[in-house]
This record gives sequence, structure tokens and C-alpha cells, in this order.
Amino acid sequence: MKYLDEFSDPDAAKKLIDRIHATTTQKWALMEVCGGQTHSIIRHGIDQLLPDGVEMIHGPGCPVCVTPLETIDRALAIAARPGVIFCSFGDMLRVPGSSQDLFSVKSAGGDVRVVYSPLDALKIARENPDREVVFFGIGFETTAPANAMTVYQAQRLGVRNFSLLVSHVLVPPAIAAIMESSTCRVQAFLAAGHVCSVMGTAEYPPLARKYKVPIVVTGFEPLDILEGVRRTVVQLEAGRHEVENAYPRAVREEGNVPAMEMLADVFEVTDRTWRGIGAIPRSGWRLSEKYRAFDAEQRFDVSGIHTAESSLCRSGEVLQGLIKPHLCEAFGKECTPRNPLGATMVSSEGACAAYYTHRRLELVDVK
Amino acid sequence: MCLAVPGRVLSTAEVDGTVMAEVDFGGVRKEVCLQYIPDVTVGEYVIVHVGFAIQRLDERSALDTLADFERLGILAEEFGDGFEPATLQGASPEGVGR
Amino acid sequence: MHDVTAMANDVPDLDFEGWACPVPLRDIPSVVMGHGGGGAMSGELIEHLFLPAYGAAAAADLGDSAVLTVGSGTRLAFSTDSFVVKPMFFPGGSIGDLAVNGTVNDLAMSGATPLFLSTAFILAEGTALSDLGRIAQAVGRAAEDAGVRLVTGDTKVVEHGSGDGVYLNTSGIGVIPAGVDIHARRALPGDAVLVSGDIGVHGVAVMSCREGLEFGTRVESDTAALHGLVAAVLATGTDLHVLRDPTRGGVSASLNEIARASDVGIELVERLLPVPPAVRDACSLLGLDPLQVANEGKLIAIVPAEDAERVLAAMQAHPLGRSACRIGSCVPDHAGMVVAKTGLGGSRVIGLPIGEQLPRIC
Repeated sequence: MKYLDEFSDPDAAKKLIDRIHATTTQKWALMEVCGGQTHSIIRHGIDQLLPDGVEMIHGPGCPVCVTPLETIDRALAIAARPGVIFCSFGDMLRVPGSSQDLFSVKSAGGDVRVVYSPLDALKIARENPDREVVFFGIGFETTAPANAMTVYQAQRLGVRNFSLLVSHVLVPPAIAAIMESSTCRVQAFLAAGHVCSVMGTAEYPPLARKYKVPIVVTGFEPLDILEGVRRTVVQLEAGRHEVENAYPRAVREEGNVPAMEMLADVFEVTDRTWRGIGAIPRSGWRLSEKYRAFDAEQRFDVSGIHTAESSLCRSGEVLQGLIKPHLCEAFGKECTPRNPLGATMVSSEGACAAYYTHRRLELVDVK
Repeated sequence: MCLAVPGRVLSTAEVDGTVMAEVDFGGVRKEVCLQYIPDVTVGEYVIVHVGFAIQRLDERSALDTLADFERLGILAEEFGDGFEPATLQGASPEGVGR
Repeated sequence: MHDVTAMANDVPDLDFEGWACPVPLRDIPSVVMGHGGGGAMSGELIEHLFLPAYGAAAAADLGDSAVLTVGSGTRLAFSTDSFVVKPMFFPGGSIGDLAVNGTVNDLAMSGATPLFLSTAFILAEGTALSDLGRIAQAVGRAAEDAGVRLVTGDTKVVEHGSGDGVYLNTSGIGVIPAGVDIHARRALPGDAVLVSGDIGVHGVAVMSCREGLEFGTRVESDTAALHGLVAAVLATGTDLHVLRDPTRGGVSASLNEIARASDVGIELVERLLPVPPAVRDACSLLGLDPLQVANEGKLIAIVPAEDAERVLAAMQAHPLGRSACRIGSCVPDHAGMVVAKTGLGGSRVIGLPIGEQLPRIC
């Protein structure tokens, strides 16, 4: 694919890797915020090519992983109702709630469908006017405009049998929460490129100043990741802490203005619980008053479902790079990829799942 | 978050009052909502996430970034001596860095 | 690759193997789609439910194809497979082609010459007869092309709502030539890993017309009967160790199975993988790994390294193996695991897919 393949070129990667080695003189702990970046790092073995001193801590930017148990349980309750068609991105089907997942709801007769886009769910709603069609609206700022547009269209076209189960989360409050933690080891961030494609970069300079951390907006292909790491290390070595854009082909400072206007219309900021991490104030979006009629939680009256996170799980500490997965008491016993207790075991890119399945972090341990 | 890939706009059309486009991803074609970048013209590249174009791909920037990577290599070669020890420490002959 | 094993010795004493096999089928009281996905869940179903229930009546491994010795040493290969693909018609074929070629290939993977097939249809009430007719014609054509006879069959109808369209089971019998001994247990360190052509094609073709995912592509299913290609490989005289057709779960599921059965490591070189651009791009769009996407007309052959060139030449001379290539080797390290060397020179573990392949957004 054009503008994808060029950014995986092994020769250029070698040059970037050499430069990172040449620049690094001491130990640095960088966090790649986005799960897509973690995926790329593991998929291409990038972490193994970095200098021993550069440690990549996998951040909380996987929307599937951080969707709270309670929301999953509410989704399962809605999906199990007769007359409901429950639509979701494929990622969410295997994520377990407290007793089952969407796959099991489907096997018990629930009409659960995988769609590529929320607009597909709206289409299903228009084709099935006698059924209630619910879309599981998860994701960060990148995905939110798609869900916002779908709700907007539903209202405009008068599609009353459509609703959205919203669990949107926001990156900047998560970065602040990580930095506020007393035991935080993160010294710099690779910010999530596609989040910034939508939101621009204006939210990040205050964070960089306040916490004195370099923040480099980074893409997802191997060369993008390496360039993000290189620029971060250059800043760290020079004692600087600025916001840089290493993904200018897809990120403009001002973001996508029409998308941000739509977001401001359809959503409003709310507190959110992140699975395995806990509550972060003002770290999510919910439907604004104007669109509240499309809120699936209200339509199906599931807001009474409350589920506590596992007390055994220490994924919050894993996410912050404070402990290695195997030091958690539940690791490999109560908690496995097939029966995950926390965020980091849910997704195949989560640190615990990666350690469990691939034994990869052993490599990091021996560094 | 956020698997998003670049594709080229093949055609645009208004469907139910929304700007939609057929976008080509290297031979794979998909219908994409263009409502957030309404002024995109046919032939331009856009970044697509879950069926929505979330940003225009700036081809000039893409080429500049690639050219920058190219220059990094030249710099590294010019200052070859200084960088050599670090490079050797980092990469085994097979290229696996530990 | 040496790294993976060397490092493993330095970490605390963790019993990974003990955990890899959790309590049988816990937490899932009913059948879910993943149980039929050909990955870890399918394996668990066989290991923890079928084999214990069958008891002494079960043959050792319930593999894709059984080898049965009859009379004075004639070895028969016997295999059965059910087809439930949705949609029933897809670019490049239909459930009818798959049902014939799938069972023919299961037989071929033990080196057998396929001879006889049965067809058993389960039809949902209300299915259009014209659809059934098209499928039956595809069955006839594919069987003729493969040179097998359709010798017995059955048709049942289930009530509207208890099924969907057409399900088709085929069973097949073939004869294994003397001297041929192909088995997933026979891979040895040093062996070459070959694949007969482009991977991921069938899975992408089917996904392109699945509800909710629809995308336009020129990719067509690679469904084909592979016994001719197998015969061409056997004609080289090589001691063919393992053959597999990487269907559900793709190349990664087949190689993981082989690595475990033979207790060898398998090392792939990513840049050698024959992934056609259209498959790579569709996978980029949907967030899938081409190594996990299904094939219906490809085989993986594991042969002694010294025969690799000869076998490749034989495959490339066959119409179904023109883009055959070597993708890696069996190694003594990391036994039971498949590891790929990435384009950048790093490495990653190729895991066994858990269940169904799902498009991801992150």
C-alpha cells in the first residue's frame, strides 16, 4: 500500500537504529501510548533492535483493554435481550466480562454482529426497523468522530431504533494520570499519531511543560516508531522536554476541525474508569444532552449494573512499568489470556498476554 | 487505538446528505465517509479509520520525512567513526540487537 | 532465535507449560464459534472432550486424515470434513468446490491418491433450489477435475431457523503408495519449510463478501485439489517428512501444530513469505495477520534441506505450485514454537490463533 510500505524499509530502519544507538548514552524509559504502536513494536521486533538503555513501556492506549468490566457487563446484558441486534468491532467479542463474553452471548442465541464501521450498524438499523440495533461505541479520540457522526446521522435520518453504548476514553488525562503516580518511571511519551490526526497537538505542550517530559507525536509503521524513539532520545539526552510532530503526513497542529466540532456537539466530557487502572477524572466522553435519547445505557436501563474489578489484578502497575507481569500473584494462575482479569492480559498486545504467550518480556528482563 | 491506513480517493458521491467516497487501498476498495474532510478531491490520499477519513495524507510531508531518513544515513556515514562503537554494541552480525 | 532459548534459562522458574493447558473448557458452558476455528479452542475440544469421551474406541490422534492398514498391507487414507462456509458463494468458488477439494486435500496430505468421496447435505428449509443446484454442479465439476468418484451420499432437511442455507459433509478414501510416510511428527531440525504459493488468498476472498465487512478486491479463492502437486513432489524421490494444507488458522496454525508434534522449533523469514499485495493490503485494512488467514489450495511441505531445491523445482513446474518457495527452516532451538525473523532483523513469536479471525481496530 502506498505510504505504508515505504515506511517499513529495512535499510532506512537500519540507519535510524544506528542513529538511536549513537545518541543513547544512558538508560531511558519511554512509553508508547497507543496499542497500535505496541502492536507494531511487537510485530516487527523493534524493541529488540533498540539500545539496551532504551526501554519501551507499553501504554494504556488499547481501547479494548481499558474498557471497564462494568461496561462489558452492560454490553452483555443488552446483547442478550431478545429483539436486539448488538453490533461491535471484532476486537470486543473476545473481551470477557465478569462471567462471559460476547461470543458466549451469541452462542446462547444473542444476535451479535461484527461490523467494520459504526455506519454499518446504522445501515443494519435502517434495514431492521422492528429491531433495536445497538453499537458498542468504544475507542479513543480517533474512533469517536465515527461514532459521533453515526449518532448525528441517526438523529438526522430519524432512525429511532439505533443507539450507542458509549465508552470513549481520552489520551491527555491518561498521560497526566500516569505522570501523577508517585512511582511513575516514564520519562517520555510517543504520543498516539491518529489521535492527534483528529485532535491536533494543542493539548500536549502543557503536559510536556508541567511534567517535564518530551512528547513526540508518532506514527505506526516501523520507520515512524523508530523516528519517534530517535527524536525522544535526542530530547532526553539534551535535557529538553518539548512536543514534536514526527508524523506530519497525517497530523496537523490544528487537528481535524470539522471532526472536533462534531465531537463537541455530540459528546461531553465525563469521568471514566479504565479497566485495571481505575477512575481517571474527566478522561472520557458520553453523549451530550442533545443526543441522550441515543444512549443505550438509558434505553435499556442497564446503569444499575455495577461490577467491581478484580482485586487480584495488578495490571495498573504493569501498565506503568512498575512490575513485570510474572510478579503479579494472579499471573498464569487466576489470570490467563483465555481468562484475563485485567487490561494487560485482555489484548494480545497487552504486556501480560505478551509475556504469557510469547515469553517475550524475558528478553527485556535480562537487559 | 487506531488502526488507520492511507488510501486514495477514487470517486465521491453524496449519499443521504453525507459525502461518501470509494477509496482504494492498493487494490482493496472500500466505501468511506468523507464528511470530516469534505474538500478532498479525487486522487488525493486520506487516512481511514473504521470507515471514516480522519485526515488528509500530506504527500509532500511524507516525501520530506522519507528524504530526512535518507539524509540521516548520509550523516551517519560522514561521522562514521564516532558512531561505530555504539552501532557495534547494538547489532549482532545477524542484525538481532542482543 | 538463539536469544529466545538462552534468555528463558535466566528468568525465574516459571511453569509455562502447566499454564498453557488450563482446566478443560472452563468458563465456556456452551459451544462458541471459536471451537470450530481450527485454533487452540478446536484443539482443546478434541483433547478434553472428544478423546476422553471416546475412550478406548478412539484412535490415537484424530488427525485430519487417518491411515488404515487393510489386508496384506494396503494402506488407506480416510478423512471427513464438514463445510459451513458463509457466504456459500464467494469470489473464485463455492461451498461445493471447498467440500470436494477440502477432503481431497486432507487425503493428499498423507500422500494418498484420493479415490472415493461421499457427500452428505444438510439443508435448511427454504433454501433456494437454484442455489442447491449451483452447489451440486460445483461438487460434480470439482470431483471430475480431481479424478475422484462420488460413491455415496445423504440429504437431510432441518426446520427453518435451525440451520442456515446449505451445510455439506464429505468423507473420502484414498490409497497411500508404498514407502510414503508423511506425518506431522516427522519434522527434524535442519529440514526446509516450503510453501506451494501465495498465502492468505482464500480467507481474504471470503471476508470480502461477508456481511459487515464487504470490500472490493480482485482476490479470488485459491480452492484447488492438491494431490497432483503432492504426486509431483513425491516423484522427486525425496523423503517427504510433513505435508499440511494450511486452511483455518492459516500457515501459523499448521506450523504450530507441526512444531509441537515434532518437538522442533520452526524459524520463518518474514521477507520470504509469499503474501500477494492485495492480501497484504486487505490485512492491513482489517488488522489481520496473513499468516493466520485461511488457504484452500496451498500446501506446506517439510523436507530434508538437501532436497529443498529439487522439490521446489518440481512444485514450480506444476500449475498449482508456480510460486512455490522456501519460507524457513526447522531448528533445534525453541522446540514447539514458531518464530519469525522480521524484515527489520528482529524476531516475533507466531502464536497459535485462539479462535476465529476478527478484524481489529487497534
